[in-house]
Amino acid sequence: MLTFLGKRLLATLPVLLVVALAIFMIVRLTPGDPAAVIGGNSATNDDLDRIRAQLGLTRPLWEQFAIWCNGVLHGDLGFSFFLNKPVTELIGQRMEPTLSLAGGTLLLAVAIALPLGTLAAWRMGGWLDKAVMAFSVAGFSVPVFVVGYVLIYLLAMKLQWFPVQGYRRIADGVGPWLNQLVLPCLTLAITYVALLSRVTRAAVSEALTEDYIRTARAKGITELEVLKHHALRNAAVPVVTVIGVSAALLLGGVVVTETVFAIPGLGQLTVDAVLNRDFPVLQGVVLFFAVVYVAVNLLVDLSYLFIDPRIRY
Amino acid sequence: MQPQLFSPSRAVLSRRLARWGAAVLLAGAAVVPAVAQTTTLKIIPSSNITVLDPIWTTAYVTRNFGYMVYDTLFATDLEGHIKPQMVDKWKVSPDNKTWTFTLREGLEFHDGKPVTSEDVVASIKRWASRDTFGAQLAKVTERYETPDAKTFSIVLKEPFGLVLEALGKPSSNVPFIMPKRIADTSGDTQIKESIGSGPYVFKADEFRPGERVVFTKNMRYKPRAEAPSGTAGGKNVYVDRVEWLIIRDAQTQMNALLNGEADILEQPAFEQYATLRTNPDIKLIDAQPAGNQFILRFNFLQPPFNNEKVRRAALLALGQEAFLRTQVGTPGLTRYCKSMFPCGTLFESEQTGDYTGVANPQKAKALLEEAGYKGEPVVLMRPTDNPTIGKLPLVAKQQLEQAGFKVDMQSMDWSTLVARRAKKDAPSAGGWSAFMTSWTASDILNPITMAMMNASGDKGWFGWQNDPRLEEIKVQFAQAKTDADKKKLAQAAQLRAFETATHVPVGQYNQPAAVRKNVSGLVPAGAQVYWNIKKQ
Repeated sequence: MLTFLGKRLLATLPVLLVVALAIFMIVRLTPGDPAAVIGGNSATNDDLDRIRAQLGLTRPLWEQFAIWCNGVLHGDLGFSFFLNKPVTELIGQRMEPTLSLAGGTLLLAVAIALPLGTLAAWRMGGWLDKAVMAFSVAGFSVPVFVVGYVLIYLLAMKLQWFPVQGYRRIADGVGPWLNQLVLPCLTLAITYVALLSRVTRAAVSEALTEDYIRTARAKGITELEVLKHHALRNAAVPVVTVIGVSAALLLGGVVVTETVFAIPGLGQLTVDAVLNRDFPVLQGVVLFFAVVYVAVNLLVDLSYLFIDPRIRY
Repeated sequence: MQPQLFSPSRAVLSRRLARWGAAVLLAGAAVVPAVAQTTTLKIIPSSNITVLDPIWTTAYVTRNFGYMVYDTLFATDLEGHIKPQMVDKWKVSPDNKTWTFTLREGLEFHDGKPVTSEDVVASIKRWASRDTFGAQLAKVTERYETPDAKTFSIVLKEPFGLVLEALGKPSSNVPFIMPKRIADTSGDTQIKESIGSGPYVFKADEFRPGERVVFTKNMRYKPRAEAPSGTAGGKNVYVDRVEWLIIRDAQTQMNALLNGEADILEQPAFEQYATLRTNPDIKLIDAQPAGNQFILRFNFLQPPFNNEKVRRAALLALGQEAFLRTQVGTPGLTRYCKSMFPCGTLFESEQTGDYTGVANPQKAKALLEEAGYKGEPVVLMRPTDNPTIGKLPLVAKQQLEQAGFKVDMQSMDWSTLVARRAKKDAPSAGGWSAFMTSWTASDILNPITMAMMNASGDKGWFGWQNDPRLEEIKVQFAQAKTDADKKKLAQAAQLRAFETATHVPVGQYNQPAAVRKNVSGLVPAGAQVYWNIKKQ
């Protein structure tokens, strides 16, 4: 396994280099100019030239890339053009809201979707299955912002149970932190419950048709044991894969949810960087996302070894 | 019969989990730090604040940040008159070349150091290195003198009639006063600290970019005795703490205000006014009564608008009513105004040549034919992500086409637009012919600060008009000594601007703040200011 791990880590290096080069070129080839955004409405061309020079944008592209790569190798992702802060610090500040949102959503989604999908598979064709599938279709079809606004209207504006917007840091107290997270996590979880319950249902229903299930039942094992130890375990690989991909997507920033609930997460940081053409932040965040994706994929692959001992790398 | 899925032990486990959950919640509530009884004013600003240096950028939100943290030497009252702020008294030499100012007693920066004349001179120099008005003043300044810690002089090479107007300029860039050690930073470099002598102290340790900006009351601040008026007068602070909450989504902004999570929504979306007006907890306050102006700007370097007659034809083709109805819509928020200097301000003028602000496609068509327009496409840039001006180009396209123009409207985001408008290339090679924008009234109060009247060619504002005649009028305006002369020369500048069709004003509008009814004292001014406010 260590050899596998070593090979995989080595293989990520060219991936990250390609991602770094691609994002560097894309952000610079996109129309737009950070100097124009900084300069504001009354800036003249002379003002813009001055700002560009100060930001280092008048240097040749290859030189800018080399400077950035050198910084990255030394753990320095650069300095935001706008916020006068290191990119690593900005990412650090946005990590907690995004991790909280992603973690909360995944926990909620997994806690609801796994039993729901399993029950639907176990009762395939019955009313429960139909209800789960109907919810799944609805959960997927309704846009996240609509779900968000409906939940805000009902649970925040009418019932006053939760705040409309914002994020409280965990250092402010676990209670306020959880209270502020409920609505956004619930909003996002609806989509992920729809996705996960569907995948779980498909995987478990397929497992339930296997011969070993029939054998297990013939041996008199209870239905709960059949589901828990045989069906679910064998259905786990696709489910874990989807959970892994979902985690990576959530960590990548769920922009709509962060916007609707005014959560200062990584998604919002990325959008702001795109709108302002804040190149260092954009490059840093995308590189960070790439690392997260690679890491999550690696973890998912490794988890297969524990879920299914037949898998060997 | 189906086997039971959940054993009793699982039910017990669930109950235990619920108990642990409750315990965790209670523990969380218990670790919330005890906060003393403070009055906190929560404001949703008009946009996200990124840059904290009000000299480095002209962004309005940064200007408003400046008014929280810094103080100014002079300020503009609600009627547009210049009043002393940090300055106690001043005198002008008989030859009008030496202006000597004395600072008020007791002025202190937030770090506890006294404000000295050296701090003031360094701040003026840095401001003048970035601001157009400041640059005009710097051009005629021979030297600065600081005979003592409370006195400074500006010695001019030649008389300049707008010294006080420059130092009391209400909008970007405002000559805010900073400590010398910070003001010595080049104007091209962003400052790293926000330390002023203004009514609020910026809490750098609580600043979270993109989330919130926190200020506390400056306990050392000594307000002037006069009542507040515009950016002038007494800056009394009646709240302990102000928090700016950064919320990007317009619906969430309104929800937060209605739910009591915010006290003031600086700029509601146009379509929200109907809802806000009917809410019993909310009042609308026009904190910037001079309002804002929409304009269309031409590119003077490229066909077809390098031809004066073609520009004048476009000017006749555009009618304000359609722009205001389409973009703003809400009754009571719009104002027809054909003056380039906003209606309701000092230099408002009826001297507009043949511009009426009412669309006249027939007259425009005739002038277009006379101009020999060959059907060159007008590349009109439209920002799709800017809700304040995004619909204006749609109206312009329709009205220009009615007058016989061929219009190629190109949609893009605002960042792309502001980058593209700096390009001097032909429209077919990535350049442009026209764009539309909005100005806060206090930025376009006179010929010097109005960017569209910068007719110095390549070094001027986007569009790069070169008109020595207009520049000459501006020099005379800057040297004028009496208010009557200033008024006359501002009129002359406007008339010349209409003759050469520098741009088209396409209507004025207001965007009142939405305020919860327990909040009072919002001061109407040329910028959004937050002193004098009480919260019950």
